[in-house]
Amino acid sequence: MKKITKYVIADILRNKIVIGYTAFLLVISLSVFNLEDNSTKGLLSLLNIILIIVPLVCIIFSTIYIYNSSEFVELLVSQPLHRRNIWISLFTGLVSSLAFAFFAGVGIPIILYAPSATGMIMLAMGLILSVIFVAIAMLAAVITRDKAKGIGISILLWLYFSLLFDGIVLFLLFQFQDYPLEKAMVVVSAFNPIDLGRILILLKMDISALMGYTGAIFKDFFGTGLGFSISLAILFLWMIIPTWLSLRKFNKKDL
Amino acid sequence: MRKKIFISACFFFACIAVSARVIKAGKHQAYPSIQQAIDASVPGDTVWVEAGVYREKNIVIKKSIFLSGDHYPVLDGEHHYEILSVKAPNVTIKGFKLMNSGISSLEDIAGLKIYNVSGVVVDSNILQNTFFGIYVQGGKNCIITNNQLKASSQTEQQSGNGIHCWKCDSMQITGNNISGHRDGIYFEFVTNSIIWRNISTHNIRYGLHFMFSNNDAYITNVFQNNGAGVSVMFTRGVKMFNNRFEDNWGDGAFGLLLKEISDSYVIGNKFIDNTSGIFMEGVSRVQIERNEFKKNGWGMKIQASCMDNKIAENNFLANTFDVGTNGSLVLNSFDGNYWDKYEGYDLNKDNRGDIPYHPVSLFSVIVEKNPPSMMLFRSFMTSLMDKAEKILPSLTPENLKDDFPYMKPLPL
Amino acid sequence: MIIANNVSKRFSKLQALNNVSVTCNRGECIALIGPNGSGKTTFIKSILGMVVPDSGFITFNGKNISHDWLYREQIGYMPQIGNYPEQMTIGQLFGMIKDIRKNKSNTNCDEELITAFGLDQLMHKRMRTLSGGTRQKVSAALAFLFNPAVLILDEPTAGLDPVASEILKEKIINEKQKGKLILITSHILSELDGLVTQVIYMQDGSLVFHKTIENLRKDTGEEKLAKAIASVMQKK
Repeated sequence: MKKITKYVIADILRNKIVIGYTAFLLVISLSVFNLEDNSTKGLLSLLNIILIIVPLVCIIFSTIYIYNSSEFVELLVSQPLHRRNIWISLFTGLVSSLAFAFFAGVGIPIILYAPSATGMIMLAMGLILSVIFVAIAMLAAVITRDKAKGIGISILLWLYFSLLFDGIVLFLLFQFQDYPLEKAMVVVSAFNPIDLGRILILLKMDISALMGYTGAIFKDFFGTGLGFSISLAILFLWMIIPTWLSLRKFNKKDL
Repeated sequence: MRKKIFISACFFFACIAVSARVIKAGKHQAYPSIQQAIDASVPGDTVWVEAGVYREKNIVIKKSIFLSGDHYPVLDGEHHYEILSVKAPNVTIKGFKLMNSGISSLEDIAGLKIYNVSGVVVDSNILQNTFFGIYVQGGKNCIITNNQLKASSQTEQQSGNGIHCWKCDSMQITGNNISGHRDGIYFEFVTNSIIWRNISTHNIRYGLHFMFSNNDAYITNVFQNNGAGVSVMFTRGVKMFNNRFEDNWGDGAFGLLLKEISDSYVIGNKFIDNTSGIFMEGVSRVQIERNEFKKNGWGMKIQASCMDNKIAENNFLANTFDVGTNGSLVLNSFDGNYWDKYEGYDLNKDNRGDIPYHPVSLFSVIVEKNPPSMMLFRSFMTSLMDKAEKILPSLTPENLKDDFPYMKPLPL
Repeated sequence: MIIANNVSKRFSKLQALNNVSVTCNRGECIALIGPNGSGKTTFIKSILGMVVPDSGFITFNGKNISHDWLYREQIGYMPQIGNYPEQMTIGQLFGMIKDIRKNKSNTNCDEELITAFGLDQLMHKRMRTLSGGTRQKVSAALAFLFNPAVLILDEPTAGLDPVASEILKEKIINEKQKGKLILITSHILSELDGLVTQVIYMQDGSLVFHKTIENLRKDTGEEKLAKAIASVMQKK
């Protein structure tokens, strides 16, 4: 299994898109930190990168990569290898190379320019979101054989998590604005890893007060050790469940 | 003969006035207790108190004397008593350390209380763990200066105000340092007074609480990290110059709350790191000029009940939202400020942007209507909505705009 | 050695395999013949575990393959279309497969085909730059690399030039003589003459017959395999 992972990583790291992604992140982060007069503002600008670009690149790249490596997978499946190991290796390979790209592109500038608690949690959330969106991509890619369809599903999923979900939440908030929804919102945020990551970052930025009563409730929940652990556990589930579902599907897949 | 008597009487009293005595109190002095020394004095005398700890329950001053402490003698109220009561005009109290007054939910027990007299000077005292610190009731021409007031209560019920003035006139509150009280400085029905160069921090409720107090000024004070900031209400003719409002974070906190204020001036202040820099409600004819709003959640929250206010020549820097409002009716002028979020251009190079700036973002309107939606703060969707709204305003108040925004920050 | 028992597989509307039961033994060289879309490749892939049958089961040396993967150590597979990671060079590909399959039992690799095809001169070339024929050579070399007990060759000579084709045939005959089980599918029946010992004929996912070549010749009276098959098809 280690061997396959090694080959996957070697293959991805040679990929021009990943190199471009790393360079893009690096250029953005460095310019953000150098142009903004304080590092907090720089971190805020990076927030959008982490919440939008990272999931997008991770999900699209991983989907395409899995479709493109169907031959490779086919070759491996005919070898004396456990299917589970092949799939997990593919996952590990994608995760480690994309996480490495993120770390090199965003992590190092954060460590250099803003090694604060906020910076660290942003770094952690970026890494976690990378993993989650690779997992979601693997599920999307294994569901359908058609590459175009698979990429379409990935883009839709990304759109859903970064845009539509929030739209629905906003709609519901206004539909039911006569009800106290603050506590429900804590639960709702668990259904979208991007939202959960964003709230965890924002709370560390100490603008919870700005979020008023909602913020106070969020702070009461996510601010405590238990709440923080629960949200990390939920993010962890977001990594595990899509991977597990895709693995089940892959084990029965005809190649 | 009558004339002679009158002259000699004059002479006699003049002698007394000139030869004001110094009466010493203390363990090693003629009077072991301060109260005894005061009782022995006549108006105009100085009562000098030796360093030491005095537990004399309530000391009442009914004569116009100068009560002077040497090396901060400690007056201990044993958590039970009002320590000093001033019931005569023109008393000066200087250099004492007042500790541990009583705490009561029925009476306003203070470290030092001034009862309906004028010309009292409270200078350079230290007050520690008092319920109310310096309490002036019906005072006139009193000076409260250079005192240090520090309390350490946790709840609003357990603490009183630092400097509390009620129904006063022509007061001077200067150079005091107040922390840990309920309200740092409290003004109710106080007129023609000045609050100058005080530092009011870490108070449980307000740094300064100001009601029904017309024609006062507060200048060059620092209000920092108070529970809810500074609150100025139901007043006209207030001048607020050159103060700093800082670090007032929390749900319902603000740098400065203006409620039902008219004909006043907010000029040259700095609002930094507050949840809302200024929160305005029912405010009219107030000039807000040359202030700096920096790193606040909302630079300014202005409710639709405000009118005829002029907001000009301020710098709005690094605020999450520059201006928030709750309605679409705008009767205030926002022309001629600097906004760091302005993205317009200046073709004729007059340092004024050629297109108007709309300081209210769509998301701030949404949050105003539906606070839980703050959960979507900084999400991709809300940023897109803001961008779209900028191009095609629909929900944000169209008239709330700066027609002549500055291109560069003003030197403040 | 390989026993398929009532194997069925359906791809949505297409019945790719319909109750196929086959027994293949050591030392046999079996031709898997049938028109396009008759289910040959699906059957091969089922044996390799790349396609999971809907019903029925396949055993390899008496063990059900459905939860096993180590049996594939004993199989060399040459796919119909050799798709390989485009970025890799031939050398890296061989290195990787060797790396993956390396264990105590196969320390010495059979690199005869690599030299015979002249692949050792092309080791630095990336897969994406290769012609279809060279890819086939790579596939063939990979299939024989580990001296497997079973060889499954899907259209082995398609795209190969006559010289390479001849080399491959020689190799297959050599391996057959070593007592290995060889499964071949091919459209060019003439190539299979003198190579195969048994014929499996499939049509529309069903097994039509499984005969030794002698029986086939006897039944049809034809010497050449191509003609024998043609006569079978005409009879139908």
